[in-house]
Amino acid sequence: MADTFELRDIEVWDGNMAASHALRQAQVDVVAAYPITPSTPIVENYANFKANGYIDGEFVMTESEHGAMSCCIGAAAAGGRVATATSSQGFALMVETLYSASGMRIPIVLNVVNRAIGAPLNVNGDHSDMYMGRDSGWIQIDCYNPQNVYDMNLIAFRVSEDHDVRLPAMVHQDGFMTSHTAQGVKTLSDEVAYNFVGEYKPMNDMLDLDHPVTHGVQTEEDWHFEHKARQQHALMTAVIPKIQAAFDDFEKLTGRKYNIVETYNMDDAEVAVVCMGTSVETAEEVSNELRAQGIKAGVVGIRVFRPFPLEQIAAALKDVKAIAALDRSSPHGTVGALFNELSGALFNTDTKAVMTNYIYGLGGRDLTKAHLVEIYNDLKANADAGKPTTPLQQYIGLRGPKLSFF
Amino acid sequence: MLEIRWHSRAGQGAVTGAKGLADVVSTTGKHVQAFAFYGSAKRGAAMTAYNRIDDKVILNHEKFMSPDYVLVIDPALVYVADITANEKENTTYIITTHLSTEELIASQPKLAGKKVYTVDCIKISQETIGKAIPNTPMLGALMKVSGMYDMEFFKENMARVLKKLPQKIIDANMIAIQRAYDEVK
Repeated sequence: MADTFELRDIEVWDGNMAASHALRQAQVDVVAAYPITPSTPIVENYANFKANGYIDGEFVMTESEHGAMSCCIGAAAAGGRVATATSSQGFALMVETLYSASGMRIPIVLNVVNRAIGAPLNVNGDHSDMYMGRDSGWIQIDCYNPQNVYDMNLIAFRVSEDHDVRLPAMVHQDGFMTSHTAQGVKTLSDEVAYNFVGEYKPMNDMLDLDHPVTHGVQTEEDWHFEHKARQQHALMTAVIPKIQAAFDDFEKLTGRKYNIVETYNMDDAEVAVVCMGTSVETAEEVSNELRAQGIKAGVVGIRVFRPFPLEQIAAALKDVKAIAALDRSSPHGTVGALFNELSGALFNTDTKAVMTNYIYGLGGRDLTKAHLVEIYNDLKANADAGKPTTPLQQYIGLRGPKLSFF
Repeated sequence: MLEIRWHSRAGQGAVTGAKGLADVVSTTGKHVQAFAFYGSAKRGAAMTAYNRIDDKVILNHEKFMSPDYVLVIDPALVYVADITANEKENTTYIITTHLSTEELIASQPKLAGKKVYTVDCIKISQETIGKAIPNTPMLGALMKVSGMYDMEFFKENMARVLKKLPQKIIDANMIAIQRAYDEVK
């Protein structure tokens, strides 16, 4: 029996440590991992807990990220609670197996510490890997600080393992900006945290020898489409209500309230920035400062990136006059993914809002408060003019001549 | 909001120092942030670490900072790193050096007219801890210059932060912190 880890009410943890403790408290059966910066400390801390008697589960060092996720799939199909962590190129190497996990309806929690994808090689945070995962069939939950990472990991197990869901879930945090930034994290005792996650109840587990099942079968044109439709049906209809229910229970337990779409200063906002990760909170601070100057600035943060909450997003943005979609990943050949998602959410609504796109922060480039003030000033001009006063897609924080498209 | 920038070489303990400070400050109910710029840092490469401290929840995640305090824990960085970058009018510098404050300013004229304090954290850590780990003594110097916390409270909490180390290393760190507190000028 694993030892209880005595935690203070508030620990000063970085995002990686917050994830490690959440995995420990969830009493995961198998963590199979191949370390990669900046997610390495998640599994390093976890292995340390294991070596010191705080973990009963198995820890498997694999030969690659492809092997790590394959091992996770096998262990989860066998009937265990499973989790791992990765970033960037490691995530890219996992991609093939990510589709296997979601297609086989296997619950797994994957901590993705968001990092740029080379070339050029870069270990710092942007959202390239998160964006790469967006068609993989996983639930994708986004965190803005270490507290979120701790909380969302506990919530992710509940949602992913729910028998109406049975889909794997990624918990995203910004490389270095969250993963290596220590902040106060309000903790739960091991017992309270575990009780919130709940005992794992396997379904269609391969080690249930009385009820033999096959996982990962071949289906051609006869059944493949129906399988994929069922998978999409679960992702589109079952997941958001289950996340909301988990958020509600979590609020009752801790007082910390989370929303499918996070809104800040949005009640009477005329201009809004929509973004993910640490940028959400920096934008919140800037919106407060701009409100003191009379600009009705608001922020919408995406908490659940997949399934994309089209209705909640449209509701949050229905009354604003100008919107900036901030994408921290190079869209290479089109507008940013978030710009496209928001356009899709708003197109058939009554909104007349002007929408523009900003590419920022690639490879860890700082998004400063001054940049955000610039963006809000553009939005104010767009709102006043009732049409875009800037190119559709601009690069913010880029050195050299101004770059824009469309 | 109080903001601190550390200048260090990778391996000298600036990240541990910044996180240790954040941990101690957090126990007083304030909100904290501690982070660093790494790159693919190699041991010995110049790097920076940062603290933010506030009474309110800290929402700002920009890396840009106009620091209230600049802590330099490697003597040579005064000459090769941009330690005055984004300074404010009243930024206070605490610098590890074997020189006196006057000699230091004479050797690095861009510090002239600024609030500069000096302390030899390298020598202190070598003589107490047994190796050049100047992070904890720098915190002792910061406590003296800033008047942030009572020294006994600070040492008690730092001992807790360092609790996984062998007792004699913890004791040596406490002596190093006190010496830097007493010796900073």
